[in-house]
Amino acid sequence: MSAHSTTEVAGSRPALEIPDPSMAPRTARASTPALELCGLSKTFTLGAGLFKRGRTLGAVSDVSLRIPRGQVMGLVGESGCGKSTLAKMLLGLTTPSDGDVLVDGKPLRGANQKALARHIQPIFQDPYSSLNPRKRIAQIVGLPLQVHGIGTSRERAARVAETLDVVGLPRRAADQFPGQLSGGQRQRVAIARALIMRPDIVICDEPTSALDVSVQAQILNLLLDLKAEFGLTYLFISHDLAVVEHLVDRVAVMYLGRIVEEGTREQIFGSPRHPYTRALLDSALTPEPGLGVPDIGLGDAMPDPSDPPSGCAFHPRCPKAQALCRQTRPRLEDIQGDNARVACHFA
Amino acid sequence: MTTSNVSPTVSSASPSGTALGEIPLPAPAWSRVTRRLFGHRGLAIGLIVVGLAVLIAIFAPLLAPHDPYHQDIANRMVPPVWHAEGSWEHVLGTDKLGRDTLSRLLFGTRISLTIGLVVALISGVIGTTLGVLAGYFGGRVDAVISYIITTRLAMPVVLVALALASLTGGSLTTVILLLGLLLWDRFAVVSRSVTQQMRDAEYVYAARTLGCSLPYILLREVLPNIAGSLIVVMTLEMAHAILLEATLSFLGMGVQPPLPSWGLMVAEGKAYMFFQPWVIAIPGIALFVLVLAINLLGDGLRDLNAPGGRN
Repeated sequence: MSAHSTTEVAGSRPALEIPDPSMAPRTARASTPALELCGLSKTFTLGAGLFKRGRTLGAVSDVSLRIPRGQVMGLVGESGCGKSTLAKMLLGLTTPSDGDVLVDGKPLRGANQKALARHIQPIFQDPYSSLNPRKRIAQIVGLPLQVHGIGTSRERAARVAETLDVVGLPRRAADQFPGQLSGGQRQRVAIARALIMRPDIVICDEPTSALDVSVQAQILNLLLDLKAEFGLTYLFISHDLAVVEHLVDRVAVMYLGRIVEEGTREQIFGSPRHPYTRALLDSALTPEPGLGVPDIGLGDAMPDPSDPPSGCAFHPRCPKAQALCRQTRPRLEDIQGDNARVACHFA
Repeated sequence: MTTSNVSPTVSSASPSGTALGEIPLPAPAWSRVTRRLFGHRGLAIGLIVVGLAVLIAIFAPLLAPHDPYHQDIANRMVPPVWHAEGSWEHVLGTDKLGRDTLSRLLFGTRISLTIGLVVALISGVIGTTLGVLAGYFGGRVDAVISYIITTRLAMPVVLVALALASLTGGSLTTVILLLGLLLWDRFAVVSRSVTQQMRDAEYVYAARTLGCSLPYILLREVLPNIAGSLIVVMTLEMAHAILLEATLSFLGMGVQPPLPSWGLMVAEGKAYMFFQPWVIAIPGIALFVLVLAINLLGDGLRDLNAPGGRN
């Protein structure tokens, strides 16, 4: 399948290396972030017809993020704020309208998909949709090796078995179909598929939101263990703050396609600066009975992204909004001496 | 979709009882398959009749008592055996040229099944290709292909086939080609809508992320998941093609004499239908039974393929 051929598959990591001029070698300096997003934007055109010009929708606008090697960056925000579009751009499923993604300091733009796949792998939200129902688990997990032409079929089978062990699946699962597995097991299969090529970066797009609460914790712990074992870097996308708090080193909060606040876990959860972050934290459900669903004080639903509010996009829902907020959009500014950023005039 | 298959007595009451007994049940997996197939009454009938038709088509030379082309002027218009003047020499009688009706009927199975199968394959390839591309890519590709589908749907099949057949002259090959090029619309419509649902499945994203080639994604990830729907369409189009062949042959634009096509047999007998009604009734009934059986088969497969119909 692939032009690249690698003869040795068993065991060590370098066996899976493919020399590729478009991507950096893995021995990049520790100071280079594993993943860097520079002014990444994606706009869609809506309702364009033969004779009319459509409206543009900025799904992701000017997002810049640095994810250091071995860290977990959480990306939180409401549904529809552009999280998944961002993930798709990182995975090479859609091309950015503007900006660039640097993987190990090398631009993603123009890199071939197979080379990219060696570095970045996804874990999707819905384990019921992410596994082809007509394929056996061994085929699903082994697909990356097969597509990339790694190893003989015997070596691939050994590798699949080994990876199933790593994610805590019984080996007999290899011969089963996805329909015979539970939601948690399916998500383990998805994780195995993502990890079999030993990527550096894993994009987790709400990997636990389709699972039972009891299973969520198992999957999260597995993700943490695997990170330690393989030195992975995660971009962890979620709308569930409790999940994020459990897992991440840093958090970026997204609203209407833009990052509004970014900082360490302690900063975001301990002393949030942006009113939206505060509202999100207040919205987290408390375990005490009788309190009901908290009023998050945000009022209406999110505004129409194809017709965003003027100035600060959050101002119609912001308790602190003033005239300035309606006119000027606050820039995402570094907070001095704090290694954090926030986009608010009054933070 | 039907409720008949939930009745617990169906399997014992169904005509499949004997067939079930004949089939050895070596493995539990195989018995599950047979139970699934024969637990559905319509599907079982369809399967048996179509299976018989296939066997008849294959073994027609062994089964036929006479040469279907042999003319016996001394024995023209012999009535079937149940008629007062009938004889066991010609069980279903003879036609106006003295050819044995039963032999022609048996050989006609070959023509009908060949046409049904080949037409369904040709139109299946055309329609599925168009439909999958339209459904997967969407946007402009979809707009263009949808336009082609709409254009095709706006054409009356019989009229267009008649017109083209009269230009090219009817023959078995032209009938197969014409129908194959005309009957792909349902394949296209069905595969397009099913593929649309599949395009955003996360396993397709996963394959794209890995750098799988487009043919791989369409053939290995998408196609196996729409195959169930396509098999159902295929059976229905087979029945459709068989009927259309009979129509064209009846109108003189299809299969040409002396081939033993059922439609042609009806056409040749239509002058005698008031006094020797069996001349058209016999091929007519054969056509009816085969088309009904294929439709039952298709409906049954659709029921099995429907969500919830599996268990």
